[in-house]
Amino acid sequence: MTEQKKQKLSIMLSIIGVAVLAAALFGVYATTSNTAMLRTVLQLGAIYALVAVSMNLLNGFTGLFSLGQAGFMALGAYVFAIFTIPAAQRPGVYYLYGVADWLANIELPIVLALVVAGLVCALMAGLIGAPVLRLKSDYFAIATLGFAEIVRIVVGSSPLNRITNGSLGLKLIPKFPNFFFPFIVVAVCIFIVWLLINSSYGRAFKAIREDEIAAEAMGINLAKHKQMSFIISSFFAGVGGALMAMYMGAITSTTFNVTLTYNILLIVVIGGMGSLTGSIISSFLVIAAREWWLRFLDQPLIIAGIQIPLFKTGFRMVVFSVILMVVVLFFRKGIMGTREFNWNFLLKRLEKKEAGSTGGEGNE
Amino acid sequence: MTSTAFLQYCLAGISIGGIYALIAIGYTMVYGILRLINFAHGDIFMMAAYFMIFAMVDFMLPWYVSIGIVLAATVLLGVVIERVAYKPLRSAPRMSIMISAIGVSYLLQNLATYLFSALPKGYPSIGFLTKTIQLGSISTSVVTFITPILTLVFVFLLMQLINHTKIGMAMRAVSKDFETSQLMGIKINRVISFTFVIGCFLAAVGSILYFTPRPSVYPLVGSLPGTKCFIAAVFGGIGSIPGAMLGGFVIGLSETFIKAAGYSEFSDVFTFILLIVVLLFKPTGLFGEKITEKV
Amino acid sequence: MSEKKTILNVKDVTMQFGGVVAVNNLTLKVREGEIVSLIGPNGAGKTTAFNVITGVYAPTNGEVRFHDKTIISNYPKGKMEKLYAGENKGVYKKSIEPTPDKITKMGIARTFQNIRLFKELTVLENVLIAKHMRMKANIFADTFRLNWKEEQKMKEDSLELLKILDLYEVKDEIASSLPYGKQRHLEIARALATEPSLLLLDEPAAGLNPQETDELTAFIRDIRDKFKLTIFMIEHHMNLVMDISDWIYVIDFGKQIANGTPAEIQNDQRVIDAYLGVADDE
Repeated sequence: MTEQKKQKLSIMLSIIGVAVLAAALFGVYATTSNTAMLRTVLQLGAIYALVAVSMNLLNGFTGLFSLGQAGFMALGAYVFAIFTIPAAQRPGVYYLYGVADWLANIELPIVLALVVAGLVCALMAGLIGAPVLRLKSDYFAIATLGFAEIVRIVVGSSPLNRITNGSLGLKLIPKFPNFFFPFIVVAVCIFIVWLLINSSYGRAFKAIREDEIAAEAMGINLAKHKQMSFIISSFFAGVGGALMAMYMGAITSTTFNVTLTYNILLIVVIGGMGSLTGSIISSFLVIAAREWWLRFLDQPLIIAGIQIPLFKTGFRMVVFSVILMVVVLFFRKGIMGTREFNWNFLLKRLEKKEAGSTGGEGNE
Repeated sequence: MTSTAFLQYCLAGISIGGIYALIAIGYTMVYGILRLINFAHGDIFMMAAYFMIFAMVDFMLPWYVSIGIVLAATVLLGVVIERVAYKPLRSAPRMSIMISAIGVSYLLQNLATYLFSALPKGYPSIGFLTKTIQLGSISTSVVTFITPILTLVFVFLLMQLINHTKIGMAMRAVSKDFETSQLMGIKINRVISFTFVIGCFLAAVGSILYFTPRPSVYPLVGSLPGTKCFIAAVFGGIGSIPGAMLGGFVIGLSETFIKAAGYSEFSDVFTFILLIVVLLFKPTGLFGEKITEKV
Repeated sequence: MSEKKTILNVKDVTMQFGGVVAVNNLTLKVREGEIVSLIGPNGAGKTTAFNVITGVYAPTNGEVRFHDKTIISNYPKGKMEKLYAGENKGVYKKSIEPTPDKITKMGIARTFQNIRLFKELTVLENVLIAKHMRMKANIFADTFRLNWKEEQKMKEDSLELLKILDLYEVKDEIASSLPYGKQRHLEIARALATEPSLLLLDEPAAGLNPQETDELTAFIRDIRDKFKLTIFMIEHHMNLVMDISDWIYVIDFGKQIANGTPAEIQNDQRVIDAYLGVADDE
């Protein structure tokens, strides 16, 4: 098969793949009720997929170990909530402190507010990026972690009572307008990231990950490219945070603590640092397992009248942490490593079968 | 502020600072040798508190036996963590071992929630430590008073150990050059284990001193002090023990005074801002050494 | 020889780390179209000199001129003001410290002593990355493929380059999976993709077998002619150096001890002294 033919075929297969997924989603929509666990898992999985992809862009593709994701999510979620809680209901939400005058009547449409949430995060990343990105690996990690904590504490602090409602948090945040909304937003965002990492700039990011010194010797401006990656990652983390706010309907600053960052990191590591498809698959798997399949671990289990020990509240998360440790220690590359799912792999398999002989080797 | 109140705050700040210093030493020593931010250190500190509850409340042991058990169990926990989660990754990229440390932290927190529930548990009181004493015009509890003294004693002993014993020399060698010291016949794994023994021992001491005047323990209790102590270590220059001690005192004192001034909401923000400022202007901290990458 | 234009002019460069002077008052010239070698015993400061020229380290004192333009210049300042142990203090007054990427953009490319490829990426990607800095499109245009023509041209040029350097067959292989000799070639290919006028090679023959080393001589001449390059290289392999160089500089303990044609260098007593007991290459 020629290169071009292969490319055409894989584009076609991709379109079919997306269509099948869309149809499956529609199937879920048609056959399940509003409260079905499957719906919850899919929606939450999609949101986590976006946030994991945004973290992966930094950690997996640019080689910058950031632990600030929760901070940007908090920022995105709060910006979104502040601008979208229906103006008529704000007095109720801010019943204790009252709402700031300038804010009382600004109400943005949902999609615009999502973009604004992302942009505010991007701006923040632009501000803190220049100094923080100079730091070497683990110092950068701890500085971003510190930044996330600062955001979280400031957002919930009393001087911002009339904007963020302080420690009471915000509620009555608009829910998803329909079942498909989060999927469309997430798909668009991840598609943009996919385009980016396959572009020349994306290659430059990967070069930085592989070897900073060589990348710089190849004419790549490290500061500028790291900054771009950081800003874009933060933009999508902000959008992800906003989606999370929509999903939950009510947020407080404690929603976005360090544990949230760790949860996202867990997804990225299990999926494979440097693989978008890995992050996506892993998000759905992890969320499904955590929210649904492994729920039973938290319930007392009685088999044949004997209560099995171990099974009680909290066991699920222990099992989860052990899985993470096993992946970190024994399957360091996660599900996908730095590979992406692609059709070439399947095509080659097929070719091999047709030829029935030695043929090429597996695609990397 | 009256002078009595001022002295009172000073003592409180030095006391909490001493505890931070004890924990920060664990961070700084591990980083000095493994170049690893041991994210699990704060959770080891938390586990030490639960060991105490176990020993004194569940098994009703007298306090002197319990302290021994807490110290031993914490040290054991630290060494096991190193063996299981860090040792297999010696030759792995830096990022992997850092993720492993985060994984251990995550595991310990979840394990504590599972074993002891997320609800706060009361910390047992050790009779003589909670007594109030009068020092001139200030009244304080014994624990507040002895904490800084204990800290100084431990730091002094540790410096003696590092500068004047064979294992101390080995530790210094390993922190200078991992591979060469291996070639010189130093048993790397023993040195690393020993580092964890010291770090966890001090964390256990810190834990006892920290929780005695505080009402309760819960699974996430170690995370914030842990981060603060890491910041203390960075402030003093990571790898430097006197630096970590100084960092601990600085953070303890400033935190206490910020709280006293009525901004308790922002005392933690201050610590994090301190971190970022230090990293930006003097990334090697006060006493840290500069490391340059070879091209 | 003197009628040829000087392309690289290193003037009085001193590089001091703390109290250690790694490069001491080094002055050298590289003329257009020539192949110039920098030799010296281990630890003489050769790679440090390269690192100064390519912007990895800012020199403590001295300047570097490239195509008659001062690209790097510095003088002892801050802590170094007191510590400085070199010569020519106070001659240079400007401080120009470009980062390595700026130097590469000006047309100086390099390879590394211990190969530094983008290991997990393919051969083609390695070369494409080197083309990235010449890209005109911004990140948005590039992400949304508004510059697809430019991207296409980049790819064509890269493939062309791989063909010339005999790497086309392995273009989709992962860089680290190539045999060692090919990896060295790829590193040179990648450097050429930045469209340099001056190419710095840091021990290109290190780790090659005798046959590969012989081939390297022809290869270096070949790329010099095809890409109209000037080549400045560090090499320990004396056969290669004597065979290929138009001019040789010898440094020891950071100081230049001799320079001349291969024939002159071979008979220079200072060079022989410096190498005694050190050179066991041949």
